[in-house]
Amino acid sequence: MIDLLSYGAFFLTMALSYSVICLGLNVQWGQTGLFNVGVAGFVAVGAYISAVLTTPETAERLGGFHMPIALGWLGGGLGAAFLSALVGAVTLRLRADYLAIATFGAAVVIQLVLLNLETITGGPFGIGFIPRPFGDLATNANAFGLANLVLMAVLVLVTYLVLEHLVRSPWGRVLRAIREDEDAARALGKSPERFRLQAFALGGFVMGLGGAAQAHFIGFIAPDNYLPTLTFQVWTMLIIGGAGNMRGAILGGVLVWGIWAMSGNLVSQLFPAEHQARASSLQIVMIGVALCAVLLMRPRGILGEVKTLSRHLGPRKPEDTVREG
Amino acid sequence: MTTRQGHALPPLQTTGLSRSFSGFKAVDGMSLSLHKSELLGLIGPNGAGKTTMFNMLAGSLPSSSGSICIHGRDVTGQDARTRIGHGMGRSFQIPKPFPHMTVLENVLTGAQNQTGERLFGACFQPGRVRRDEHAAVEKARGLLDFLLLSHLEGQMAAVLSGGQRKLLELARLLMADPDILLLDEPAAGVNPSLLEQIMDRIVTLNTQHGKSILLIEHNMQMVGRLCSRVVVMAQGRELAQGRPDDVTRDPDVIRAYLGDAA
Ligand SMILES: Nc1ncnc2c1ncn2[C@@H]1O[C@H](COP(=O)(O)OP(=O)(O)O)[C@@H](O)[C@H]1O
Ligand SMILES: [Mg+2]
Repeated sequence: MIDLLSYGAFFLTMALSYSVICLGLNVQWGQTGLFNVGVAGFVAVGAYISAVLTTPETAERLGGFHMPIALGWLGGGLGAAFLSALVGAVTLRLRADYLAIATFGAAVVIQLVLLNLETITGGPFGIGFIPRPFGDLATNANAFGLANLVLMAVLVLVTYLVLEHLVRSPWGRVLRAIREDEDAARALGKSPERFRLQAFALGGFVMGLGGAAQAHFIGFIAPDNYLPTLTFQVWTMLIIGGAGNMRGAILGGVLVWGIWAMSGNLVSQLFPAEHQARASSLQIVMIGVALCAVLLMRPRGILGEVKTLSRHLGPRKPEDTVREG
Repeated sequence: MTTRQGHALPPLQTTGLSRSFSGFKAVDGMSLSLHKSELLGLIGPNGAGKTTMFNMLAGSLPSSSGSICIHGRDVTGQDARTRIGHGMGRSFQIPKPFPHMTVLENVLTGAQNQTGERLFGACFQPGRVRRDEHAAVEKARGLLDFLLLSHLEGQMAAVLSGGQRKLLELARLLMADPDILLLDEPAAGVNPSLLEQIMDRIVTLNTQHGKSILLIEHNMQMVGRLCSRVVVMAQGRELAQGRPDDVTRDPDVIRAYLGDAA
């Protein structure tokens, strides 16, 4: 029973960290239509920056700045936002497919850098001893698990509220206008390039933040965590939950992580140890099947896109109705 | 709807404006000036180059040669955004509403310099955002009243008829407070009852609000009623200009139009 509780908390905390990352992708794809196929790279940047900032000093690599965890998360988000802005500035003015190629390339390069820049990233072994929130509770597994779950849930909630606030603000309205008719928006003095770049960087920030929070929860990171599989997972989460819907992104994170974790358990029980590495590709198959099933039954995802309306649009007051133009 | 005051120079002036599409000269050396508070008609048969001319004026299409000045400032190489900033706005021949946004939201999108449209403002300046937005909503509702769309403010723009879309586009454009309006066939495809009202609103904007308006129109009768001066374009060039009555009697103009009909 107690095991179940702490496993449940562990599972949900992990799932919610994916929800944060998925919220970031929703800003880029769901709200703005920007096709980022390098999600893993931006998540990795957030995770590594936060790890380097917060770990204690060590002889094996440069850095270990021993900063507070909150600063690490902020740094991770800002680093990923900066990288997104850079990639976006180079490619967003070009045709849409260039963004896909560039983000994919960026993710590959980032992975290689993590693998080879041993003096900072620890190379293939990665970075361990990343401080975990509520680390002093670690002796009591349940309290530790629950505290982390609450923290991650708060992070999801705050991210959700801030992003909802933004898509309902005049800024979000212009973003929608650009998506509906770029020429008309431009003729009204809005710069599609600027708004897209901002949305891309904002999405990158959220992905980096999610990556950082996840890294601190697990406690160690390595380049292998940030392979294209991660990008595939996050995309599946968004599509299954419902692109263009913030709640869908959160739900998708939890559901797909659930399928992933369960199929992982199944594989480890059904297959002998020597076949497990290969059998684990069945996990990807499982997500693929789930994806197909959802696309067949609910093409717009479980929750689907919501109609967003701006705030401040109260009904017209009576004295407003009589006036000359 | 305030009007910028005190510009002695013509609000809009072009010299030798040209545009070719792979060798084909769609607009070929057009020099034209729009006077302050004038309602100038730009007419001509289909394919004469009127819309191409507008696209260059509005900054959505680069010109091949020639220059464009707004209130005496050369804006030839600048984008649509700067031109809106200088007080010039355009409507499209085929209206471009944002279909899945409400009528009111469509109009609000025309507002300029909104705190809430900056990411920083939207995050950190809630008070200013609310004030700006409140003022914008008031103004947008005033414009919707003026353009007879108030009863539709909460509807998605996708449900509007062709004529209502033209009105919506005009409202959205006026939201930016331009003093120069480029209107591309505001009456095309509009049913007769709405047509009178659109024409009436254009005249009001011109006479009561002092807007300088360049109006593309295919329909000579309508131009005759609205404009005191027209420029006739054919095959990318200026064919004639003057009072509508005189121009419609010009044999060259008649030939250009008949040629189009044949
Ligand atoms: N983007 C374009 N590419 C190629 N040809 C064009 C383009 N836009 C307009 N044209 C051509 O330029 C000519 C003028 O078109 P247009 O300006 O739309 O005429 P009008 O508005 O007077 O009917 C037409 O022959 C049209 O086919
Ligand atoms: Mg035309």
